[in-house]
Amino acid sequence: MSEIKVTMKHNHLYKSKMKSIFTGCIAIISIGLLSNCSSDDTQTVTTFDTLIIEDNFDIDGAPDPNLWGFDIGDGSDQGLDRWGNNELQYYTDRTENVKVENGFLLITARQEDFQGSNYTSARLVTKGKFDQKYGRFEARMRLPYGRGMWPAFWMLGDDNDGVDVWPQIGEIDIMENRGQEPTIITGSVHGPGYSAGNAVSKSFILDGARFDTDFHVFGIEWGPNYINYYVDNKLYNQITPADVDGEWVFNDRPFYMLLNLAIGGSYVGNPNDETNFPQTMLVDYVRVYQK
Amino acid sequence: MTKINNVFSKNHWAVLLLFFAITSCERELSDEAVFAEFPANGDVFTDAFSAGLDYFPFVGEGADPEAFSVVTDEVFEGNAAMRFDVPSFGNGFVGATFNTTVKRNLTGYDALTFYAKASQAATLNDVGFGIDGDINNKYLTTLSGLEISTNWKKYVIPIPDASKLIGEAGLFWLAEGASFDGDEGGYTLWFDEVRFENLGTIAQSDPAIFSGQDLTQQSFTDSSIIISGLTQTYNLASGINQTVTTAPSYFTFSSSDTGVAIVDELGVISVIGEGTALITAIIDGVEARGSIQINATGGLQSAPAPTLPQANVKSIFSDAYTNATEIDFAPGFGGSTTETALVGGAGDSFLSYANNNFTGIIFNDTVDASALTFMHIDVYVQEAGTEVGIQIRDIGANQEIETNQFTGFPDGDDKDYRTDLTNLSVGQWTSFEIPLAGGIANQKNNLGAIIITGGPNFILDNIYFYTE
Repeated sequence: MSEIKVTMKHNHLYKSKMKSIFTGCIAIISIGLLSNCSSDDTQTVTTFDTLIIEDNFDIDGAPDPNLWGFDIGDGSDQGLDRWGNNELQYYTDRTENVKVENGFLLITARQEDFQGSNYTSARLVTKGKFDQKYGRFEARMRLPYGRGMWPAFWMLGDDNDGVDVWPQIGEIDIMENRGQEPTIITGSVHGPGYSAGNAVSKSFILDGARFDTDFHVFGIEWGPNYINYYVDNKLYNQITPADVDGEWVFNDRPFYMLLNLAIGGSYVGNPNDETNFPQTMLVDYVRVYQK
Repeated sequence: MTKINNVFSKNHWAVLLLFFAITSCERELSDEAVFAEFPANGDVFTDAFSAGLDYFPFVGEGADPEAFSVVTDEVFEGNAAMRFDVPSFGNGFVGATFNTTVKRNLTGYDALTFYAKASQAATLNDVGFGIDGDINNKYLTTLSGLEISTNWKKYVIPIPDASKLIGEAGLFWLAEGASFDGDEGGYTLWFDEVRFENLGTIAQSDPAIFSGQDLTQQSFTDSSIIISGLTQTYNLASGINQTVTTAPSYFTFSSSDTGVAIVDELGVISVIGEGTALITAIIDGVEARGSIQINATGGLQSAPAPTLPQANVKSIFSDAYTNATEIDFAPGFGGSTTETALVGGAGDSFLSYANNNFTGIIFNDTVDASALTFMHIDVYVQEAGTEVGIQIRDIGANQEIETNQFTGFPDGDDKDYRTDLTNLSVGQWTSFEIPLAGGIANQKNNLGAIIITGGPNFILDNIYFYTE
């Protein structure tokens, strides 16, 4: 914590689902306030500056196959019926659902009958192509909107060729959003004893702006025994082993990235007749740094 | 409302002076020559009336002017709130606008917001802003059917396009009353912290005309069509898609062929030539859902020529006869949405009705039809399924139209006969012979009005009382 100079931004809104997460930081924040009150109030958000990979989505067409693969289907082929969350979409790699255009990755959710599902969308994964232990992972994105939209930028731990299973492998959700909450995103970790509904989470609320009208940077900085969460230039959470009710599984393996737009299911609720389709999630870039 | 008039003229002069500067010197505007702007104050009612604000109850429409008060015993924040006592059914309604003497520049805001609560769960008929007689309610914005709970809660009315609101006097209005027996009434509404705000979370503009429908309409030269179903919808921070009814002037309308049809800023399409034109609209660069394709086929054919001799007829509206009385065909009943126009040329004119809910033809002098047995009327419609309701009204010896405001039926010494004109042929004239029956069978010596309902779009000609 000492390397993070935290001073409270006056418009830094947040709500804590896990009170205990932040209590450890209060004292440090107070010290920061006392000692830095004459300096400017900008946070030091990130400290990992050695760029390892980046995709700026500059080449039109399919996403770079050297970095991105696809999860296809409704989850049943992967042994995860409806992807484990009662999700409604069928993931494809068709250009109707995923393409790079004008400098952006576009993941588009459509309402259409396809392979027994009522919706199609896409999920990109770097599994088997890129993973890394620790580092700074960030993406600049503009989110879709409307009830039932569930865009996410997240990470899963290497499963050791199928030997280890979730939640033991760990999951770091850098950004999840419910389309009916256009000003709120959530960052979480899942691990053994604290997965699914018991994940350790915290939400960040934009003040006077929305995630579906402008681009925002969603990132984490992950090191031994900590994960810091930020949106744009605002650090809003730190999760450490003290915050999780179970084994800390984030020091022992590399993680790969996922970008997807899910539709409906237990986390977000299903679309209704006010939800406009198609909906597109835009990604300006994905960047990974090391210290 | 008439007291709001002296400020705009000042601005007028500023514009004229600027124009003079441009034309006479042919120079660029200097930095000093900025347009005079109205104050950007967004406050309406916080703990008191904001600067210049005044209360204008809709007394003429039957609103109870005593229903409004400023109270200190029930507030959301600060020390005062607005209170409205909604009467029970049959006892009038709450209706008022709150306007400023000095107009406001609201271009920097994206919503009207307020906190509200009710003594019982209630659905507010209408609430909004933009009632401003100086500019013909040009930017009227209405949220209908807003559900108010019994706890203080914040409500958001998005501005359809704030860039239009450079000088707005109508900051807040509402209308609520029990519209039928059993509707909620006899309860209290409170508002607090009423203000325009720049929330920054009003997004995903989704305007619509004709309620989002793509219509096709046969039409003819010199007719006009009103664009209806005008709405703007924004997605709010709460995730709700909030739709408001908007005045036409928020939209920019366009016609694919201005030789066939043109549209003015009030959303009136004028058909001026033969051919096909597609009418579409945008708000602030966002294309509205809905459109209308006008297929114009030249002039309207004449109605069948009457054949009865003048001696058998007392005419109300016909080029074939000398009329028995002058008439007022646009009486402007409160709550009427009807647009009436006299169309066609001399010797072959028609009464064209658009967007009708109810209107009437008022006779300047009553007609004694004691010796007559029927009323003739010719009707022309362009949409299948159109039906028109006719009420022939005898206004009685007191020569006054008396209508029960709750039932709509004749009151006092008035009588009427009602019938519906159905099975109308599209694209041609249909003639009806209506008996002077029912309530006026034995009281038809003071016929004073024809009330017209339904439609909503139709054309009338050759309205006369006669005997065979």
